[in-house]
Amino acid sequence: MEDNVVLTARGISMTFPGVKALQDVDFTLRKGEIHALMGENGAGKSTLIKCLTGINDFEAGEIHIDGIQGPVKNHSTRDAQNVGISTVYQEVNLCPNLSVAENLFIGREPMTKIHTIDRKSYNKRSQVIMDELGISVDVTQNLENYSLAIQQMVAIARAVDMDCKVLILDEPTSSLDDEEVEKLFVLMRRLRDKGVGIIFVTHFLEQVYAVCDRITVLRDGRFVGEYPIEELPRVKLVAAMMGKDLDDLAEIKKEGAEDAVNNPLEISAKGLSHTGTIKPFNLDIHKGEVVGIAGLLGSGRSELARAIYGADKANTGTLMVDGKEAKINQPIDAMNLGMGMLPDDRKAEGIIADLSVRENIILALQARKGMFKPLTRAKQEELADQYISLLQIKTASKETLVKQLSGGNQQKVILARWLATNPDFLILDEPTRGIDIGTKSEIQKLIIKLAGEGKSILFISSEISEMLRTCSRMAIMRDGQKVGELDRELTQENVMKAIAGGDSSDEK
Amino acid sequence: MKNNKSWNKIKNWPLLLPVVALILVMAVNIIYDAVNGNNPLSFFMITLQQTTSNGTILYGRIIDILNRGSEAAILAIGMTLVVSSSAGTDISVGSVMSLCASFCCMLLAGYGVSSTTTLAKPLIVGILGGLLMGVVCGMFNGTLVAYFKIQPMVATLILFSAARAIGLLLCNDLIVYVRNPSYAFFGSFVGPLPTPLIITAICVAVMSILLKKTALGMYIQSVGINDKASRIAGLNSKRIIFLTYVICGLFAGIAGIVNSSRITSADSNNIGLYLEMDAILAVALGGNSLGGGKFNLAGSIIGAYTIQAITTTLYALGVSAAQAPVFKAIIVILIVSIQSEPVRNFFKKQSAAKQAKGVA
Repeated sequence: MEDNVVLTARGISMTFPGVKALQDVDFTLRKGEIHALMGENGAGKSTLIKCLTGINDFEAGEIHIDGIQGPVKNHSTRDAQNVGISTVYQEVNLCPNLSVAENLFIGREPMTKIHTIDRKSYNKRSQVIMDELGISVDVTQNLENYSLAIQQMVAIARAVDMDCKVLILDEPTSSLDDEEVEKLFVLMRRLRDKGVGIIFVTHFLEQVYAVCDRITVLRDGRFVGEYPIEELPRVKLVAAMMGKDLDDLAEIKKEGAEDAVNNPLEISAKGLSHTGTIKPFNLDIHKGEVVGIAGLLGSGRSELARAIYGADKANTGTLMVDGKEAKINQPIDAMNLGMGMLPDDRKAEGIIADLSVRENIILALQARKGMFKPLTRAKQEELADQYISLLQIKTASKETLVKQLSGGNQQKVILARWLATNPDFLILDEPTRGIDIGTKSEIQKLIIKLAGEGKSILFISSEISEMLRTCSRMAIMRDGQKVGELDRELTQENVMKAIAGGDSSDEK
Repeated sequence: MKNNKSWNKIKNWPLLLPVVALILVMAVNIIYDAVNGNNPLSFFMITLQQTTSNGTILYGRIIDILNRGSEAAILAIGMTLVVSSSAGTDISVGSVMSLCASFCCMLLAGYGVSSTTTLAKPLIVGILGGLLMGVVCGMFNGTLVAYFKIQPMVATLILFSAARAIGLLLCNDLIVYVRNPSYAFFGSFVGPLPTPLIITAICVAVMSILLKKTALGMYIQSVGINDKASRIAGLNSKRIIFLTYVICGLFAGIAGIVNSSRITSADSNNIGLYLEMDAILAVALGGNSLGGGKFNLAGSIIGAYTIQAITTTLYALGVSAAQAPVFKAIIVILIVSIQSEPVRNFFKKQSAAKQAKGVA
């Protein structure tokens, strides 16, 4: 084995029913480097990681780990931990109701002489670990008292303390805001300097260039190449991921979107609120208009949309839909008025995991038609085929269970579900989260196209740049309240300023 | 190659395991009969027999199983839906059966009458009353589970313990006998066929048509898999869960009347005793996950008859009624573990390894 190399995978292949998930993939990780694993949805990133961590049984190929003779084959995450591979996922797999220290030592608690748990010593050791990593927390506090970012760092600290040589971070930044991401990067760099090899999976290109040393690109389950970061500028990376040069993102334009202001109102909310989540707000959306909601995570972006849609029933205020006062007690009422909502939490509120792609696509249309007017099987299949080809959903067949699809394709299925209902007003809450660049631009184009057909769209995203490309107006959210709107001079800087709340930020 | 394809088709057939379980039980019968020098196929023999009360009827072990298994099969229909939609079980069905039977008999005999040969009210009033009672019980359970978000086991525990007592109250603490041939009809024979079997067939047929011709089946599964997402997609998750409990209650009512009609009485303490367990087991034997979500109605029905086949087989083998549950338990352990994930994966791996060798 080459010097300095901590993990090599050679010729890894793996098939799922109907799909070759990985074909002859190589991967090399060196000591003290942060190595980005890049690829579009379904390129095989997650599958490769699952092969490394023992969740998937790969069919061919070998994995070697520094200090261990012969090929290593893990059969469980515990095996993987024993050979020094730890993984931290986007969703934190710790116990929120236990203290930070308890979480650090769960399953391997230090014991006293009489075999009871030695609380004092592990609290002390935990504090030392956290201080060393520069994470300022009180280790006796329950984990749930800390932000998601801190929770993630605790998960990382736990992994590091278990003598891991390889740390895999799978989309760790998806639910973090910029400041939290920066903190995470500081921690990652510190670990790199200690000699840990880090595999970093993310969809955010900026983050790759901010923190990584090397990039491995996968495409359609195959190894494309391994590059030092200096040799692969952004455009080339995108090209490598997609297999073609792409300048599409720049081409998207919102033609005629400005004229939409003169169209009649589709949605007009006055003093709408939901106790505890969103304070009373007014919002008008014209037909054919794309309105964005900008704000930090937890600023009330999703909650505003949910109050309109009836996902959380509004406690006060009135809502006019297409000029008529609407009473919305639950989502089906909103749907009957021509609304649709793609929720931000795909797993919890989007997909019906154990149903097929076909059933997931027709679900909302069927729900609106009612139980006693079932769509014929032929009609269902026609709809499914239509949207699978329209949105280029990658699936083995329309009868494949939706849980077997990659995240981005699941998102497309839910989008298809709403397009099938032909809504007049569509709420898209983070439709591009966890989705590769190619699909992102497709979805953005689709939004513009829908608006062109006279549909109104409420677009929520953490990426201001994609809202700038699609929206003609933005509502600004802060602390569970709508604090204003921007309709002129929509630039990244202006939106950021508005979100930060111009005056108050000067006080710092 | 072609052979391989059809084998794969069979392997992926959802009813494979329930059917194999049923065949296994039958095989035990065949072997036992053969060893004892009887006709090995006597298990399957159906003969015509003259009886004084019912005229010419079909007779045989199979008929007996189909007849006796009716109540469990009827309950299994409702239980399947409840398990699918709410990832919980309705443990009150046995008691609700008893309550419905008591209410029905009380209406037919009149309050406080312990034995009658003439009906106090038209038969249809008694039957509809009994079924209505089942629906009301289902609504009670459904309200607690769907709208008050109480754990299904806890919510249905209330009627599990109370329903029998309410039944006794309605019957003035008596065992009410309705010795009228028109009432006995539901537990006896139509021509040569047992009535309970026909009632079960009708129940299954109606439910299958309902699931096939409406979107009910997809609604229930969708809610069972992810009720939050279903709500966002426009389904009224609570109402659908509520509905499954009402359907389950209705079927408990039907099963209760069938059972009571067999003995032409309302024996509150014994009707449907432990039958809720058979119904739940039938769902599990049918290859349905008790964690909710996807369901297979045919599997549950086969499961219910498998349980009855085991019981009947044990009696035929000469096992005493008191000892039968022990053997039943052993057989159930076997069947359930064959269906379990680790065992299935083991067999999958074995066949995959074989295939790999074949290719090499």
